[in-house]
Amino acid sequence: MAKFTAKPDELAKIDFRPPKTGWMDTPVEIREHMFCHAAKPKELDAVGFPNAHEWRPNDEDWKLPENWERTILEGMRNLLGKYRSFRLFMDICVRCGACADKCHFYIGTGDPKNMPVLRAELMRSVYRGNFTLAGKILRKIAGARELTLNVLKEWWYYFYQCTECRRCSVFCPYGIDQAEITMMGRELTNLLGLNIGWIAGPVAACYMKGNHLGLEPHTITSSMEFFVDDIETITGIRMNPTFNRKGAEILFVTPSGDLFANPGTYTAMGYLMLFHELGLDYTWSTYASEGGNFGFFTTNEMAKRLNSKIYAEAKRLGVKWILGGECGHMWRVLHQYMDTWNGPADFLEEPVSTITGTKFENAKSAKMVHIAELTADLIKHGKLKLDPSRNDHLKVTFHDSCNTSRGMGLLEEPRYIIRNVCNHFYEMPEDTIREKTFCCGSGTGLNASENMELRLRGGFPRANAVKHVHEHYGVNMLANVCAIDRATLSTSMEYWVPGVGVTGVHELVGSALVMKGEKERTQDLRLEPLPGKEGNE
Amino acid sequence: MGSIVAFFAVIALVLTAFLGVNAGHMQYLFGVVIPYAAMVIFITGFVSRVLKWGSSPVPFCIPTTCGQQESLPWIKQNKIDNPSTTFGVIVRMALEVLLFRSLFRNLKTQMSEGQKLVYGEAKWLWLAGLAFHWSFLIILVRHLRFFIEKIPMPVRMVEGLDSFLQVGAPLLYISDAVILLAVTYLFLRRVFIPQVKYISLPADYFPLFLILGIAASGVLMRYFFKTNVTGVKELAMGLVSFSPDPKVLEGIGVIFYIHLFLISTLFAYFPFSKLMHMGGVFMSPTRNMVNDSRKKRHINPWNYPVHIHTYEEYENDFREKMKGAGIPVEKE
Repeated sequence: MAKFTAKPDELAKIDFRPPKTGWMDTPVEIREHMFCHAAKPKELDAVGFPNAHEWRPNDEDWKLPENWERTILEGMRNLLGKYRSFRLFMDICVRCGACADKCHFYIGTGDPKNMPVLRAELMRSVYRGNFTLAGKILRKIAGARELTLNVLKEWWYYFYQCTECRRCSVFCPYGIDQAEITMMGRELTNLLGLNIGWIAGPVAACYMKGNHLGLEPHTITSSMEFFVDDIETITGIRMNPTFNRKGAEILFVTPSGDLFANPGTYTAMGYLMLFHELGLDYTWSTYASEGGNFGFFTTNEMAKRLNSKIYAEAKRLGVKWILGGECGHMWRVLHQYMDTWNGPADFLEEPVSTITGTKFENAKSAKMVHIAELTADLIKHGKLKLDPSRNDHLKVTFHDSCNTSRGMGLLEEPRYIIRNVCNHFYEMPEDTIREKTFCCGSGTGLNASENMELRLRGGFPRANAVKHVHEHYGVNMLANVCAIDRATLSTSMEYWVPGVGVTGVHELVGSALVMKGEKERTQDLRLEPLPGKEGNE
Repeated sequence: MGSIVAFFAVIALVLTAFLGVNAGHMQYLFGVVIPYAAMVIFITGFVSRVLKWGSSPVPFCIPTTCGQQESLPWIKQNKIDNPSTTFGVIVRMALEVLLFRSLFRNLKTQMSEGQKLVYGEAKWLWLAGLAFHWSFLIILVRHLRFFIEKIPMPVRMVEGLDSFLQVGAPLLYISDAVILLAVTYLFLRRVFIPQVKYISLPADYFPLFLILGIAASGVLMRYFFKTNVTGVKELAMGLVSFSPDPKVLEGIGVIFYIHLFLISTLFAYFPFSKLMHMGGVFMSPTRNMVNDSRKKRHINPWNYPVHIHTYEEYENDFREKMKGAGIPVEKE
């Protein structure tokens, strides 16, 4: 495959004119740099996914099992019976088009099949042709069509060009959520072994080793050792995090990305410093060492299987409640799915901050608290000594993750924290933040490298809003609460808005945190010289 | 293309009624049989579709949250767009159903000079949608005067308000003008906005033309070709009391039969079409659920046990490495 080399100026020339031919008569073209490699059979076999086989997306022959049409249609029937959302969203769309220009992939590509309404019609047309009377009789006039190989390829191409961000569903007058339809589409492609490597690999690793990156227990402790060394260099304080410790009050779970790659690792250092300063009685786990859930991008069952480790480990260790780190889709899963799948967590206690006495009433059943909720509460109660001027060299803006904003509503907690640990905070334009936030462009397991054009196009609307505050206010740091954001926005910023870095909120907290007995800091968490406290504007 | 198919379909319906009554003298068919059949199809179709939706459970608590969650007591929650109580959901749904709140958020995303994305106001679709649905409802309420012997006070009030301009004879109903304008706008945007044109199916144009036909024939009947209103009321009263008098059918003009046939078609078509959004909007899980899934466990009726990789298996895989790294293990 040729390397992707298009310049930002070229990529931002987007043609929004639909093709001359109608969408049903325009066959899908599987374009390089827009799709991910196929999953390897051994990765699918590791977790027992059906029909694992070798295939390549841009090959003519996908080597599908016999009777694959029946498998798909029976799969659809099954899902229609299990999810009201699916059945309803197949029936009630009026094609008003309000969702069309809300999708970051449509804005970035101009491809009409990336309009959420049309992406859904790809599946609705097959639904009508096979499950409705009007569609069976009137066929194309009723918007129905056959399930053919070309249709299947189109499904695959476009359901792996949707990051389940739910922005369209905010604007839909009936709340039709393309994420639900994409999830069904991905369930169905998984019946035929049509997964992508970038998802299947992490799923298999997470299942067997406890985390997406496949970090084994001793690798986790040694990563942590590096963080501890760096923190000692910066603060002079040595801390001693524990792993798989029975009897701790709190189990802490965060995405494994935070343990592995910059700038996520600095966020992990921020967690360590905060917990140490609080004297929190907590433990990490190497078994439940993943907060994220790439299973969520395959099938509901797989997502549940991966998620089960969190409660199982909390039970084994006998902790009282669970604290979760910064991550986007992880929190969609923890907030809207975990308790339903693997609860009731009656072996845990209702979460209470022992430092402030605050009861986290909103988490009293699932018993899992978001770290931003914990930290915001600590700051409000004056329990942290903070020196925001240590972040004075940063002009910060905040990117809401899709899932924490539209699948939870965690909007003010991180902002409150940022305002307390930074002196220079600027919001991006109103229509690009909070519930109207844009995806980083690479969610739902699409953060591979072979699909770089797709990622950069999808990341364009977010980057464009960052560029606005970069040019107007000199913003040079993009804060967020998501491990995937930290990785993917770095790439996106490098391409679209050079000069803007990416940070987790708790890296900013770690920077500003004045710790008991620390030495005069001369370096930030990145071990870069800390600019003097005055005169660096 | 889709618009042409739909247009001629509606023309064909008009001609069917015209010829059926004028040439075929099938007043009884168009005035009694078809309306009854249409109502039966509408009611059974509507109910069975809603039951079908209801037969699929809502396995997960998946509201689309559009504002601050309920969390710490000092953080101001958006109790409507991110409801944590049933009352909040009721308000959210009421705003959605009565005022199309989500559509009110609509934005227009455009690329301006210097490859800069700008987000502009886009309220026309919301306005036209709202105008169309409300005028339709008002017209429906006004029509109750044909089905109730003594016209009730609320219906009279609606009529009074709807004609408060006091122009024309008979008095002009504002809703008549509004519905024609709104439907025309909704049609034109499907033709002139390239993206909307691209996604439009015959099933999108057909109800627009049908409703345009219904409104137009109604307007013609009221303001231009006078119809035997007394006869129409007698027929309507007969229909609702299941004792239609065939004698009144002869005295009613053909324009009424066209109007009635288009309405019958709309009702019969309704349960099989996107018009079911009327029932569906109430059942949408992203809008009608309380965002309290960490506070209260949501039950999935088909939740089933799954195969997992247990801690024991994990420790068996990594025991030596764990011990080497100083991590406690269950079995030495």
